[in-house]
Amino acid sequence: MDLTRRKVLAIGSGTLAFASLTGLPAYASLADEAISALTGGANIGDGVISLTAPEIAENGNTVPIGVDAPGATQITLFADGNPVPNVATFNFGPLSASRSASTRIRLAPTQNVIAVAKMEDGSFQMAKAEVKVTIGGCGG
Amino acid sequence: MASGVKPRVKVPKTAAAGETITIKTLISHKMESGQRKDDDGNIIPRSIINRFTADFNGQNVIDVTLEPAISTNPFFEFEAVVPESGEFTFTWYDDDGDVYDTSKKITVS
Repeated sequence: MDLTRRKVLAIGSGTLAFASLTGLPAYASLADEAISALTGGANIGDGVISLTAPEIAENGNTVPIGVDAPGATQITLFADGNPVPNVATFNFGPLSASRSASTRIRLAPTQNVIAVAKMEDGSFQMAKAEVKVTIGGCGG
Repeated sequence: MASGVKPRVKVPKTAAAGETITIKTLISHKMESGQRKDDDGNIIPRSIINRFTADFNGQNVIDVTLEPAISTNPFFEFEAVVPESGEFTFTWYDDDGDVYDTSKKITVS
């Protein structure tokens, strides 16, 4: 195999691209990993999904969160600053009326709450809200 | 956490056929996250309710997977359609294998 200048350059840029790809997961947060595990790397758009969260939560132990996504079959909540980013998954059955739900969650520090909805056509939608936490809800 | 667990559910007693109703559920449970430590620095083992389901006459309304980030005394509010008279059954599944359930009748007029 004779190495021309052009071939050497092609090999070089190929390995460089590979190196930068493998370097990525170290910087991605746990929440991003959890979200891509859910979606399988599919594109996530904005849309009809809406997330209701307080701007400031005085007590991180009980933060009221509401989520509403018409046409969703499943909604998953994430908190990107918690030790475990997954919060809850709502699966809606045939008798569910509005594809919405409210609950109360724990937030450790000030962070983003993320809702990812799986729609009926298999696409994904995401909504994000920042909640400032005065007293963290992780105990310890 | 088999003692002192008490489910409470709020469902209207009557509804029109096909009407959308709001259901609120609460169950008393400490939801130990597995992140906290006791006075000696030992981690308190995780003990939470990991699944909640609501069904109406055998058809599913909502099926929730809970993680440790759900607060003490898990509360859920959601909406359901009632096609006919019947009974809602609510079930909570504990980490230790216990299952708590309660049911509410609703009359369609």
